Amino acid sequence: MMGIKTRFVDAGFQKATTAAALSVVALVALLLCHMIIHAMPAIQKFGWHFLFTSTWDPVKQNFGALPFIYGTIVSSVLALLIAVPISLGIAIYLAELAPLFIRGPLSFFIELLAAIPSVVYGLWGIFVLAPFLRSDMQPFLSRYFGFLPIFQGAFYGVGMLTAGIILSIMIIPTISSITREVFLTVPSNQREAALALGATRWEAIRLAVLAYARTGLLGAVILGLGRALGETMAVTMVIGNRAEISASLFAPAYTMASVIANEFTEATGDLYLSALIEVGLVLFFITLVINIAARALIWRVSGRVKGEIRK
Amino acid sequence: MNIYRKRKIIDVTMRAAAFLCAIFTLVPLISIFSYVLSRGATSLNLSFFTHLPRPVGEPGGGMSNAIGGTLILIGLSCLWAVPMGILGGVYMAEFGNNRLGSMVRFSVDVLNGIPSIVIGIFAYTLFVLPMKSFSAISGGFALGVIMIPTVMRTTEEMLRMVPHTLREAALALGISQARTIVGIVLKTALPGIVTGILLAIARIAGETAPLLFTAFGNRFWHQSLNQPIAALPLQIFVYAISPFDDWHRQAWAGAFVLISIVSLISLISRFVIRPRYRFSQSR
Repeated sequence: MMGIKTRFVDAGFQKATTAAALSVVALVALLLCHMIIHAMPAIQKFGWHFLFTSTWDPVKQNFGALPFIYGTIVSSVLALLIAVPISLGIAIYLAELAPLFIRGPLSFFIELLAAIPSVVYGLWGIFVLAPFLRSDMQPFLSRYFGFLPIFQGAFYGVGMLTAGIILSIMIIPTISSITREVFLTVPSNQREAALALGATRWEAIRLAVLAYARTGLLGAVILGLGRALGETMAVTMVIGNRAEISASLFAPAYTMASVIANEFTEATGDLYLSALIEVGLVLFFITLVINIAARALIWRVSGRVKGEIRK
Repeated sequence: MNIYRKRKIIDVTMRAAAFLCAIFTLVPLISIFSYVLSRGATSLNLSFFTHLPRPVGEPGGGMSNAIGGTLILIGLSCLWAVPMGILGGVYMAEFGNNRLGSMVRFSVDVLNGIPSIVIGIFAYTLFVLPMKSFSAISGGFALGVIMIPTVMRTTEEMLRMVPHTLREAALALGISQARTIVGIVLKTALPGIVTGILLAIARIAGETAPLLFTAFGNRFWHQSLNQPIAALPLQIFVYAISPFDDWHRQAWAGAFVLISIVSLISLISRFVIRPRYRFSQSR
């Protein structure tokens, strides 16, 4: 009697959890279907040209997303160029060099950067970072590096450079904390062996730790890239929102996420809305590929270590 | 002798560079916090918490509707995302060592990586288009979708940390599997799961992008869940990009309140709720 009831309850419980788990799969599938269906008018009208033309004219109903794709990729790559060396330094310091009593507080403060809402970053970007760039940093760069086309043009304050800097601050905690964890998976006898052979501390880090953690490092960088690509609010507030492709980093630009944020509620007409949704779809696919690549790389590293412990 | 000096110099330089990177990162952190404190806290007064926004030009007014709206949106998203996340996490930890389990895990990873603005579009097509109105419900849905991966992942990880001997002991006493999981395993892992939920709440409290075209914002108290609702991050955004000094001050005050809410939640999760049992972690 009891046995039957128990078995019934157990089966029900397992079904409930399975249903919850399956509905997450369904959610992702539904998201993809919905985006594709609603982007269909634009996909049918513009085809592949959507990705390679740079007219964005809501009045004439002619849409090409190239300036947004360009803006998203350039701002994210710029963010990586700034954030990767710094994050690497932080991770090396925190995992290898810092005295033990500093490690806890310092990593807490750096992870605090990840807790700041992106709209607050944007607010700070508008009123603190952009004026600083306009009055100090851009004149400096233009005076000493002005021969490079990327540092030419008027000083607006807002623009590609500002967006790249603010993105780099936002992804530093992501990259540095994963990198640090990857470093901690390096067996300590690797370091000891290098030190015993007479290497300096830095040589031990470079030869034993960095070389060993290469794959995981790449994963951390790609994961940071994924975060930068999808970031919306802070970028929208400081990038200047102009759909142009310009060689100068000082010039205003536009990203895929910002154009959706700015124009979605104002989109008049189905084709306009559908073009914006297609921009979202492109963004979705780019971040999907990036994230899968990052997971695969990190899994290869941590799987090697965790697998040994779990068994 | 020369090569040893060169190596020594490189060693010291690189170590100093690593140290400087860590210090350098603190500069924006300190700058952001000091600006939010100096501009936000000074613009803050009681009417900020009790009054509705005033039209441009009229001084005073507050963001009571936005603070309330954010709390309502958090409540709405927790209402469906927490049970679903925990149940899904239980599945992944207890029944998920099969192909379906890895499919679910993959979906959770995908969901976690989707930019929040894309989730906003999804909520828009799912709720706003059929209902023909921006609404609190659609905002709560979008924020819930963002919560789910975190809740599921933490639940799974916390359940996996519970020693197998506990499960075996319960089952050996003749307790059903369902009761073992709910009464023993989940209960043991509860502090960790609550921490995960709080961290997820701290994240969605500051989310703006998915609310732009779901919750939409509202200058008044909302009348029902089918209508647009104000949210603190949205209000900060609108005020920040406006040309009015008075609104800028309100935006800083809003940022101060938002950061306080988020920090408070993270602090609670970090210090107040400590796991009752500490299991040896993998690292």
